[in-house]
Amino acid sequence: MAEGCALVTGSARGIGAASAMALAESGWPVAINYRSDAGGAEGVAEAIGAAGGEAVAIQADVCDPDAVGELFRAAEERFGPVLVLINNAGMRADGLAPQLGDDEWERVLETNLSAAFRVTRRALKPMIRARFGRVVNIASVVGLRANAGQANYAASKAGLIGFTKTVAVEVARRGVTVNAVAPGFVETQLTDGVGNNGLLESIPARRPGTAEEIASCVRFLASEDASYVTGTTLTVDGGLSA
Amino acid sequence: MPAQATAESVEQVIFNGLKEVGAEGEISRDSSFEELDVDSLDLVEVAQIVEDEFGVELQGEDVKDLTTVGQVIDLVVARSQ
Repeated sequence: MAEGCALVTGSARGIGAASAMALAESGWPVAINYRSDAGGAEGVAEAIGAAGGEAVAIQADVCDPDAVGELFRAAEERFGPVLVLINNAGMRADGLAPQLGDDEWERVLETNLSAAFRVTRRALKPMIRARFGRVVNIASVVGLRANAGQANYAASKAGLIGFTKTVAVEVARRGVTVNAVAPGFVETQLTDGVGNNGLLESIPARRPGTAEEIASCVRFLASEDASYVTGTTLTVDGGLSA
Repeated sequence: MPAQATAESVEQVIFNGLKEVGAEGEISRDSSFEELDVDSLDLVEVAQIVEDEFGVELQGEDVKDLTTVGQVIDLVVARSQ
């Protein structure tokens, strides 16, 4: 394995936490980034340590460009270059488009898309130098298929998928892959209250996914086994978008 | 601490960087990136090498109109002053 570490943004809980655990199991030292849930992030780092892995929790709001610089410096100082980046930090602020406020639009686009761009930009140069890198963007099935009430979230996630494809093409010949994972309905804090409108019946698997089921796909895309997979979006949705 | 950016040291680092990214043929100050078969991604990498060595950050805007190796060397030296 290359000398370096994995960085998972927004990994104090949910899919981010499960991805951090999965990458640690694969042998990567992991930087657990969080914005406000210090307890959650420390808990993930401790669980990784208890399982024989290495992790450090690092506070940074990925929407703050200066904080992103500090985040990378802290991760690099501890574990060496970030060779695996999981852009997971995300939020939602739902509402029908006619009633969606500018602030709700901007915050969601800023967090889910613009921050992912800035974090990726910072990560790519060392990856290019190392001739190895893995970027996995956590998109959503909502970026591929309509979900009323989430125009802002859908736009951010569709944007992330377009971003994934183009960046993948730009850096492919340096051994750096860029892919997206598009989860369907996964029970986490983020989706609290989403599944109460007959959604479960519309999922062919008839159940929500788990954060671990998303994380195992993240782990695959971050692995040597996925070295020829780039620019793609892996949908993990129990058949919802099939 | 970044290394001292003299015309000679910058030239050396950039020549070596260009070789590392696969520049073809003899490299001189007058070489154009086109004749060296160095493309935009290669230049991103050379820019990163320069930044690591001298602490001079080159953005896309800075280098997009530069066509020869000498122009990049002069820019880095000027920026480091």
